[in-house]
Amino acid sequence: MEEHHGLNYVRTEMLGEQAPPVSEVGAVRWVRENLFSGWVNTILTVISLAVIAWAVMAIGPWLLNSVWEAESLAQCREILAAAGAVNEHGTFGACWGVINDRWHQLLFGFYPPELYWRPILAFVLMLVALAPVLFPNVPRKWLFFSVAYPFIGFFLLWGGTVWLPLMIAAGFVVGYIAARLTSGYSTLITSAAAIIAPLIWWFYLMGPVTEALHSMIPIGLEAVQSNDFGGFMLSIIIGVTGIVLSLPLGILLALGRQSNMPLIKTICVVFIEFVRGVPLITLLFTASLLLNYFLPPGTNFDLILRVIIMVTLFATAYMAEVIRGGLAALPNGQYEAADALGLDYWKAQRLIIMPQALKISIPGIVNTFIGLFKDTTLVVFIGLLDPIGLSSAIRASSDWQGIYWELFIFIGAIFWIFCFGMSRYSMYLERRLKTDHR
Amino acid sequence: MNTTAERGIDRSQMTVSDEVAIQITNMNKWYGAFHVLRDINMTVNRGERIVICGPSGSGKSTLIRCINRLEEHQAGQIIVDGTELSSDLKNIDKVRSEVGMVFQHFNLFPHLTILENLTLAPIWVRKTPKREAEETAMYYLEKVKIPEQANKFPGQLSGGQQQRVAIARSLCMKPRIMLFDEPTSALDPEMIKEVLDTMIELAEEGMTMLCVTHEMGFAQAVANRVVFMDQGQIVEQNEPNEFFNNPQSERTQLFLSQILGH
Ligand SMILES: Nc1ncnc2c1ncn2[C@@H]1O[C@H](COP(=O)(O)OP(=O)(O)OP(=O)(O)O)[C@@H](O)[C@H]1O
Ligand SMILES: [Mg+2]
Repeated sequence: MEEHHGLNYVRTEMLGEQAPPVSEVGAVRWVRENLFSGWVNTILTVISLAVIAWAVMAIGPWLLNSVWEAESLAQCREILAAAGAVNEHGTFGACWGVINDRWHQLLFGFYPPELYWRPILAFVLMLVALAPVLFPNVPRKWLFFSVAYPFIGFFLLWGGTVWLPLMIAAGFVVGYIAARLTSGYSTLITSAAAIIAPLIWWFYLMGPVTEALHSMIPIGLEAVQSNDFGGFMLSIIIGVTGIVLSLPLGILLALGRQSNMPLIKTICVVFIEFVRGVPLITLLFTASLLLNYFLPPGTNFDLILRVIIMVTLFATAYMAEVIRGGLAALPNGQYEAADALGLDYWKAQRLIIMPQALKISIPGIVNTFIGLFKDTTLVVFIGLLDPIGLSSAIRASSDWQGIYWELFIFIGAIFWIFCFGMSRYSMYLERRLKTDHR
Repeated sequence: MNTTAERGIDRSQMTVSDEVAIQITNMNKWYGAFHVLRDINMTVNRGERIVICGPSGSGKSTLIRCINRLEEHQAGQIIVDGTELSSDLKNIDKVRSEVGMVFQHFNLFPHLTILENLTLAPIWVRKTPKREAEETAMYYLEKVKIPEQANKFPGQLSGGQQQRVAIARSLCMKPRIMLFDEPTSALDPEMIKEVLDTMIELAEEGMTMLCVTHEMGFAQAVANRVVFMDQGQIVEQNEPNEFFNNPQSERTQLFLSQILGH
């Protein structure tokens, strides 16, 4: 203890670090502070415990009495009755036999069973393609595979001639060449050429060229019709394509909305406000009924493709607004510093503005992704057999008439795994990108 | 804050050539209907160091932001290093690559490390190879005396350090002219000196500088000329001793009495 004489004080030795008092650590303290601090909290804790106990007692026995091996609901009930799992309403227990019996339909719809390896391979390759996009420690050169994947996936899933995906890919090369040829002119002309040239290719030239090539060198896989697609495979195809496309399109739309060119700005605002303003289901009906009228005659657009377009447009409008929020949060000084250093518009966007705006928008972006993925179940209303549609089909069969909890729990659980995964990933990403040290 | 006396700067070393770096003639600018810059005429020779001061809202920032076209002028002419600023994008790019700018609030890129902040423009605008850009960056970080911060993020640095990084970032583009917009006014007093010292060093090396600041010590130490602005006009300009000791216009006298007076 130093003595203090008057105002004059000089510390003679520095104090070492000490452990906190015992009352500040440990489980007891946690419980006391978090569950029983005051009578309101105590009552709430007790009520919560009661609710949890009730839920466990209500659902627990039902889960404990699970039956996995059964070929129909009747058989399942027999097994339960034999095991004595009965209450006042009849047999009491979960019949997971339906999943066991019909899982392939829930996953693949009516995809030919001997070809299941194709969607499975496509799924695995999708994970490989996503890895370099999602995780920074995967070598950058794998991104080439990510770029090629959409065409590989398309070929594996639908089959048919190998030339079709190749010619679709060639459309991007056409766009690139058009951009190079017009690079001497203004940005607007270059951008327009880069968009219009591939559209002309895809709509008018690609078909004949593909046919010609296929008749010369016929390579391909057995074709599978879109009608046979279904189940989670369909949800994932629509969901993942929508997610992958809506982010870049949303960025462009958000930038367009901020543009100081009135025409571009107006187009973007009208698009966003229109698409956000109508229910997705009306867009889906449009996709199933009307879209063909707007397209050049003769193009017979696949229904799944049409649905993907609509789902993507819908998500894009939301995405644009989420990203606009991120853009608005950036101080003007970031644009000015980029300008002052001589970065042009696209470089400034790519290197300075978007990395920050997207980082701010991560929660909103992932929110939109999750919404989009779950909204894929709406396609049941236009006759596509997503997992919900299939569950109706399964319940309509004589074997499984009357079952529903097990199917919906299974479907819900799978959706939950995907959505929870996205949510966790977004939290990981936010942590990884946290550099502002505020 | 008197950096002058401590450092004893040798002003004779700082040469001014008669080559013109910036030529502004009859320049006018409006924000909507508001006439913010009125008939500005100004010539800056290579190697000149000009301090611009004036009351808040007098148009100082607007003036220097016109020089690298962060703001557009509506009448008159601005010629930077022989390139006239017009809506021609190529000219704007050319001027921006010659003119560095330092902002009041640093405007570092918070998502990039210090080193990445410094190498970004050289790599993407000048197409310098990464290695070379990093070497240059380290050279300038040494110069502003914070090489050890290279791998930190801007948010981890003090204000004074951030501003020195911002200066280094501009220098990495090897500019021939540097613009400063109140580089020290967002800083705590003890950090002002470190930034001013960096700027003085630049001045000693003969950099052409236009600096909006109220650091009169700095003005007296390095400026060839002090420009006083009020209500969008240049009211008075003179070499620093004359300007401070013998101001001609009433407005200048009032302004000086306000900032030096107390
Ligand atoms: N983007 C803008 N739109 C409209 N008016 C503006 C804009 N920017 C600045 N002004 C106005 O122009 C005038 C000059 O602004 P400027 O920022 O050039 O002043 P300043 O001399 O730098 O002042 P300070 O010392 O406060 O930085 C001010 O009256 C300001 O309100
Ligand atoms: Mg200002």
